[in-house]
Amino acid sequence: MTDRNTQAEIIRQSLKRRYRKERRFRAYGILAIAIALSALVVLFVDIIGKGHTAFIKTTVTLEVDIDPEMMYLDDATDERQLRMADFVEPLVQALLREVPGATEANRDAVRDLLNPYASNQLRDALKENPELLGTTQTMTFLTHTNVDVYVKHAGDEDYSIKLSDRQQAWVDQLLDKGVIETSFNDVLFSRGDSRDPSRAGILGAIVGSLLTMFVTLILSFPIGVAAAIYLEEFAPQNRFTDFIEVNINNLAAVPSIIFGLLGLAVFINLFGMPRSVPLVGGLVLTLMTLPTIIISSRAAIKSVPPSIREAAEGIGASKMQVVLHHVLPLALPGMLTGSIIGMAQALGETAPLLLIGMVAFIVDVPDGFLDSATVLPVQVFLWAGSPELAFIERASAAIMVLLAFLISMNALAIWLRKRLERRW
Amino acid sequence: MQPANLFLVTIVLVLVAYGLGYTRSRSLAMPLGGIRHLKSLPFYYGARAALWCGIPALIVLALWAMFQGKVIQLLVIGSLPPEMMPASEGEASLLLSKISNVASGALPPGFAEPPVVEAAERLTALRQQSRWYMTVLVVAVAVLAGFFGWVRIRPRLNARAQVESTLKWIFFACAALAVLTTAGIIFSVAFETIRFFGKVSFFEFFFGTSWSPQTALRADQVAAEGAFGMVPLFTGTLLISAIAMLVAVPVGLLSAIYLSEYASKRVRGVVKPLLEMLAGIPTVVYGFFAALTVAPFISNLAASLGIDASSQSALAAGGVMGIMIIPFVSSLSDDVINAVPQTLRDGSLALGATQSETMKKVIFPAALPGIMGGILLAVSRAIGETMIVVMAAGLAANLTANPLESVTTVTVQIVTLLTGDQEFDSAKTLAAFALGAMLFLATLILNVIALHIVRKYREQYD
Repeated sequence: MTDRNTQAEIIRQSLKRRYRKERRFRAYGILAIAIALSALVVLFVDIIGKGHTAFIKTTVTLEVDIDPEMMYLDDATDERQLRMADFVEPLVQALLREVPGATEANRDAVRDLLNPYASNQLRDALKENPELLGTTQTMTFLTHTNVDVYVKHAGDEDYSIKLSDRQQAWVDQLLDKGVIETSFNDVLFSRGDSRDPSRAGILGAIVGSLLTMFVTLILSFPIGVAAAIYLEEFAPQNRFTDFIEVNINNLAAVPSIIFGLLGLAVFINLFGMPRSVPLVGGLVLTLMTLPTIIISSRAAIKSVPPSIREAAEGIGASKMQVVLHHVLPLALPGMLTGSIIGMAQALGETAPLLLIGMVAFIVDVPDGFLDSATVLPVQVFLWAGSPELAFIERASAAIMVLLAFLISMNALAIWLRKRLERRW
Repeated sequence: MQPANLFLVTIVLVLVAYGLGYTRSRSLAMPLGGIRHLKSLPFYYGARAALWCGIPALIVLALWAMFQGKVIQLLVIGSLPPEMMPASEGEASLLLSKISNVASGALPPGFAEPPVVEAAERLTALRQQSRWYMTVLVVAVAVLAGFFGWVRIRPRLNARAQVESTLKWIFFACAALAVLTTAGIIFSVAFETIRFFGKVSFFEFFFGTSWSPQTALRADQVAAEGAFGMVPLFTGTLLISAIAMLVAVPVGLLSAIYLSEYASKRVRGVVKPLLEMLAGIPTVVYGFFAALTVAPFISNLAASLGIDASSQSALAAGGVMGIMIIPFVSSLSDDVINAVPQTLRDGSLALGATQSETMKKVIFPAALPGIMGGILLAVSRAIGETMIVVMAAGLAANLTANPLESVTTVTVQIVTLLTGDQEFDSAKTLAAFALGAMLFLATLILNVIALHIVRKYREQYD
């Protein structure tokens, strides 16, 4: 009797210990998930925290007295005069009038509040409308990047404010007067890269990405679908088919940078194609995404039930008719979903594009498949390497735009799957 | 015409050929008493004419567009006066870029030697000519072949069989592209690697412990002799990958176990897509995060503890890479754990084991081979990962096992050697291809083993 009691006691003791272990094991699992999810949260918070200010620009609105004498310009239609004329002086004078307590002696310090390219803006306006000469116009200019940084980040230890104390006081007063204002940064979305952070934009990179993705899509989707159809429907059971399959599975796991080496050696050095163009980028990304598209398309074909095939064959359709008229339309939603996910991967890819020269500093927005271009992730890479925090800020903004693209592509894929995919 | 426009023209011709073939078959059938007297439907006659028109023309177009650049380059170089003839490939590429800069107007002709200006003019003329020839040839091929396909349409012709077997061949060619890609990778890296070993000894590359690929760019330049020992790169890659796996394996595995064994359906439905989001974030974003947030954080933390840490520590790059790989490990382990038959689970629970005991003593051992396969795939992923290390790891090749020091990796060196100014046949550039070959081989071996294990394991419980 006592024996049984002690045995029960031992079991009860061990049960306690085992349940404790059980709870601990469960806690480990929760901890692991918490670590992974908090990494995700920290990543997003960090990037939004660094980048949200890039969506704000700082501008200064001035009453510019476009005085012919001050600018040494009496005919705004004369190219030579336009080249020689002084477009800085009217701006400096206009700003001097606005800055309380500033005199002619401070003109250099005042000039440094303006963006170095503001004078170009005045010249372009005059080129377009020569009759503006001799009038007074209200014009809005970008401020110098230093002013932009001061307005947005005064008091932030990470940023070094490069304005003198007197300049800072001026900027504060101009802000109070409403001469210097902040607004939505449309420059970011309407320009290419620039050496001046406040004039740098991602439009060039977005267009480059779109061109590259277009090449990738029109090549990889048809080729991938055709390859999947062959492997699922027509391929004989032989060594070569096995070899193709092994190749596809391995290519799916080859590091992306190797595809960059392939592009450099084959497309650029062997075929003499130009460097840093969307066409070559698209070709490299096509080879990289093909395995993904083939694998997902095969899965989609496999999920079409045999009864469909048998019914079509039963009424006399040929093998090709069965595939093209019945299997393919039913598998298409699954193929599209897989392709969108493959395209999202290609859109975020950077490493192979570095090797084919898409890292050049390109100011102009590309206008064709053979025009030098960069893409969004490479633009992030370029700006992230800059020592200037104003560029880091814009890199974060570019990341936000890139992630927005990726999330909407994935959402589209999920929506398509829910909407179109049939359960058998 | 530009190749892109010519492509569109060819497509239009193909559509025209389809229409003509379609109507011709119908008009041939008319006197016989309708299309039921045709061997195939009119669609197939049209499609046959379209294929005849399109395939040869597109092949010509593709070949021309592929090789015209190289051929024109060779012609321009070949027509230079003998004293300008470049001695090496590197000189040739410098000269060519100069010529094309003059041709495109980026470099004013006044800044170049007269033969270069002449060559630039020849380049422009040749490009113009090439475009003309291409346009004429492609259109001629399309029209002639299309006409041939059209004129041979007969009511008894089995157009469907022909169209279908052609399509089958096209599908086959698309599938075989994968083999071609692999062959392209192997040839492009193998060729340069062999040339590299002509310049640097085999022994030095594999066993040398110092890596500083700064060779003289020109013969008359004074520069340090380059050193090409890949041991420090190899250990650096291993160190960073090991750190990544130390983060990814426990976190990924435990979260997969929790999600598959404990979590309710609702939790699973929310957490799983969130985890997969980690896999969808581009690597350049992780690189940004590692270089600008994690690395400074680690070096500040170490400094406040009185330890010396590099601002490009291996720990930052490896840790962030680990986060990137978490979803990879967790989804693979999830699959494997779910593939373990329910009967094993039920048996263990029926004997009175708790869930964690079942997991640890029954399911985990059963799933172990599959999990190992998944981990190997993750390792190959970590070794080949580029952007995180390019942005967050260092450039100096240190032979160290200290995670707080800066190390460099194979991928970082490939990118550094191949971006910026380069001369194509210098040992420096060739070294990048040799490193690429090593990387390809290493990941290939890992992948083959891993895929083999995973497949074997799947068969075991099927």
